[in-house]
Amino acid sequence: MLVVVVPVILLTLGFAWWYRASNSRAAYEPGWVYSGQIEMVIWAIPAMVVILLAGVGWTGSHQLDPAQKLASEAKPLRIQGVSLDWKWLFIYPDQGIATVNQLVIPAGTPIEFLLSSGSVMDAFFVPQLGSQIYTMPGMSVRLNLMAQSAGEYPGFSSQFSGDGFSDMRFMVHALSAAQFSGWLERSRGSGAALDTGSFAGLAAPGTAPAGVYGSVAPHLYEWIVDTTAGLPAQREAP
Amino acid sequence: MFGKLTWQAIPFDQPIPMAASLFVTVGIFSVLGLVTWKGWWPYLWREWLTSVDHKRIGVMYVVLALVLLLRGFIDAIMMRSQQAVAAGGAQGYLPPEHYDQIFSAHGTIMIFFMAMPLMIGLMNFVVPLQIGARDVAFPVLNAISLWLTATGALLVNVSLVVGNFARTGWLAYPPLSELRFSPDVGVDYYLWALQISGVGTLLAGINMVTTILKLRAPGMSYMRMPVFCWTALCSNMLIIAAFPILTATFGMLLLDRYAGMHFFTNGGGGNMMLYINLIWAWGHPEVYILILPAFGVFSEVIATFSGKPLFGYRSMVGATLAICVLSFTVWLHHFFTMGAGADVNAFFGIMSMIIAVPTGVKVFNWLFTLYRGRIRYEPPVLWAIGFMVTFVIGGLTGVLLAVPPADFVLHNSVFLVAHFHNVIIGGVVFGGLAGVNYWFPKAFGFTLDRRLGALSFWCWLVGFYVAFMPLYALGLLGMTRRLQHYAVRAWQPYLIVAEVGALIILCGILAIIAQLVVSIRTREQRRDLSGDPWNGRTLEWSTASPPPAYNFAVLPTVTSLDAFWTMKESGVRAPAEHYEPIEVPANSANGFITAFFAVITGFSLIWHIWWLAILGLVCAALTLMAFGWIERHEIEVSAEELAAAERAHLRPEVS
Repeated sequence: MLVVVVPVILLTLGFAWWYRASNSRAAYEPGWVYSGQIEMVIWAIPAMVVILLAGVGWTGSHQLDPAQKLASEAKPLRIQGVSLDWKWLFIYPDQGIATVNQLVIPAGTPIEFLLSSGSVMDAFFVPQLGSQIYTMPGMSVRLNLMAQSAGEYPGFSSQFSGDGFSDMRFMVHALSAAQFSGWLERSRGSGAALDTGSFAGLAAPGTAPAGVYGSVAPHLYEWIVDTTAGLPAQREAP
Repeated sequence: MFGKLTWQAIPFDQPIPMAASLFVTVGIFSVLGLVTWKGWWPYLWREWLTSVDHKRIGVMYVVLALVLLLRGFIDAIMMRSQQAVAAGGAQGYLPPEHYDQIFSAHGTIMIFFMAMPLMIGLMNFVVPLQIGARDVAFPVLNAISLWLTATGALLVNVSLVVGNFARTGWLAYPPLSELRFSPDVGVDYYLWALQISGVGTLLAGINMVTTILKLRAPGMSYMRMPVFCWTALCSNMLIIAAFPILTATFGMLLLDRYAGMHFFTNGGGGNMMLYINLIWAWGHPEVYILILPAFGVFSEVIATFSGKPLFGYRSMVGATLAICVLSFTVWLHHFFTMGAGADVNAFFGIMSMIIAVPTGVKVFNWLFTLYRGRIRYEPPVLWAIGFMVTFVIGGLTGVLLAVPPADFVLHNSVFLVAHFHNVIIGGVVFGGLAGVNYWFPKAFGFTLDRRLGALSFWCWLVGFYVAFMPLYALGLLGMTRRLQHYAVRAWQPYLIVAEVGALIILCGILAIIAQLVVSIRTREQRRDLSGDPWNGRTLEWSTASPPPAYNFAVLPTVTSLDAFWTMKESGVRAPAEHYEPIEVPANSANGFITAFFAVITGFSLIWHIWWLAILGLVCAALTLMAFGWIERHEIEVSAEELAAAERAHLRPEVS
């Protein structure tokens, strides 16, 4: 792209300067209105650039599709994220815990996200880890990310969702495998339990501090998706 | 009796909104007071408010656009100031419920009530003159379109004083815009203002397409139309195809909000993504509705001031038509991040890139029009060259955003904000201002001040780069849009620079105002008696400035592209030997009165004052019917008057 854009800018400025009316040395051809060769070139150049970029776009869209699972030796970790007014809930269905406004993950392990919203549309975005994706009420989207190394990565909602939107931030803590299992041990059973009752309190509009739920009712995520979809919950209330 | 309307609708307890309300109220009443005191009402009523002359209507559209530019720009400065201070723990001076209204109003006003009237105004003024017609196809309808657009603009501004505006962003995505999450009247102001002005826009589109298809002067085949007419034709065909989608979409959201339906709520089988697809099925063509006429302006300006015909006219027409069709095939690129499959995203990404081909061809055509030209540096051409340089940068970032994997990290960031301001300011606004500088002498018979024109250009150009280049950088650093405050202190310096840029643009706006004031005060020295101050190529320059109500005493016969240039070269410019009387449409208060009732209907629908809404609607319908029965729609201009006027206009060349 720059190969075309930079010359175009320079030519524009160059022509505009050289062919100014006061420059008596510049040629003036008031009848010159068509050139088949130039027409050929000016259609061909953008077309070729676009053909090239279209190839990049096609392969890139498929390779970097958010729903595409990541190749890794490690067993993926499943996380179910729910955007609420105006905080993030992350459920670890296989571990039976949940967090609010913080996401603790093992570095080097692919994370398989299922994401939805308990209120309006938001977007889940951790810029340093990769793609963002909308969280839509009543719908579940898939996203696969992986932290290559341990560290702290800020995340937030990138889709405006109302007055508390600016505070919809969370921190991703990518830990080593050992630290992560230690964190799991400490979290499990500590803090409050998350079920449909405490979820209602959490979902009420407002911001929330980062926290942990030591236990989560089974299938809570599915229940949230079903109920925000306006459907009768397909499973029994957890 | 008054629905939801109570005294609490007026923000007595909030200083900033109250100050804004007072400012607007005092401003409006001082203008009305001045007009009354000076006794200008009869003149205004006779010459402007009831005029059905396409030229007057065009001018009023542009005036509306410039006034609303000021309103939208105040919003912009407030946002930039908020983001310049609200770093770290600071909350800035605007609470979220106010800040959210400001960015929603800014987008809504700038697109619907600044950019649209600016472009529609220019098309209204220029197209009939360029095709050698005496007016548009439906002059009274034209006035109705204008006044319905003004109705929408008025309702948006009433929300400053009574109640509040939407806090949902300029496209009001559900479910945020649904009753459950936005129970107050803000979204209703948004919806009714845009529904009413949308009807006006659709009627304007039908009018303009009919005019171009049916009223071209003898001999003006399609391939002899000036490029501006081609872009106007494509833009208005897009209006006809796209605006009904908008109206239907808003209609469904209104039914959700007013009648408890479920088009876009999850309950009852609705789906919010339906709205987002529909709104962008309108929204992307809308971008081209705005930019195509601007491309037309640049084509005219570059050809005129280079002293050459446009290079590659057929290519330009083909590219315009291609953009017109392709604009309907790309809407999904506004929401790649909804998680559609890779095939869908790749398809829409590639379609979006393909639009860059005809657009790129246009840029090359302008480039080769400059080549071996003799460029006279008047303000319009400054805007055109500033556009060419700036717009290709916007095109570059646009193609980047069209690549789905790139969009997955840049979507909704301030990089995106910088991109669309790059193409809308660098394209539409520059185009509009180039057009205003170019056609002003035609509309008023005197030229605009050059130095202040150049000053406004340089302020806008420099201000644009200073304001938006930092946003490109911040977007790459991961700053998202619509933040009322943010934690990352490292962003603050960029945002302070961006605010400085906005202030430089403010100087550009002030320079435009100064340019108008100075030029009007010194108009006697700036008179252009030739009607052709720029040595123009197209038919609008063949008539007097300002053109008479009937535009052309004798309809011109067109034998080539650049018809007026050919006439000048062959020297056939003399008064005719014999004139036929002409009928011109008589003034009609239809548009103004209909819009008056539309304001009442819109306002009472917003506040659920049902009896008044019904009354307003009935009165609007009765007005339309009553005017339909009036027998005398035309007044005649006699052959003697025509002959005298033509001798006066053409005398310099005859004597």
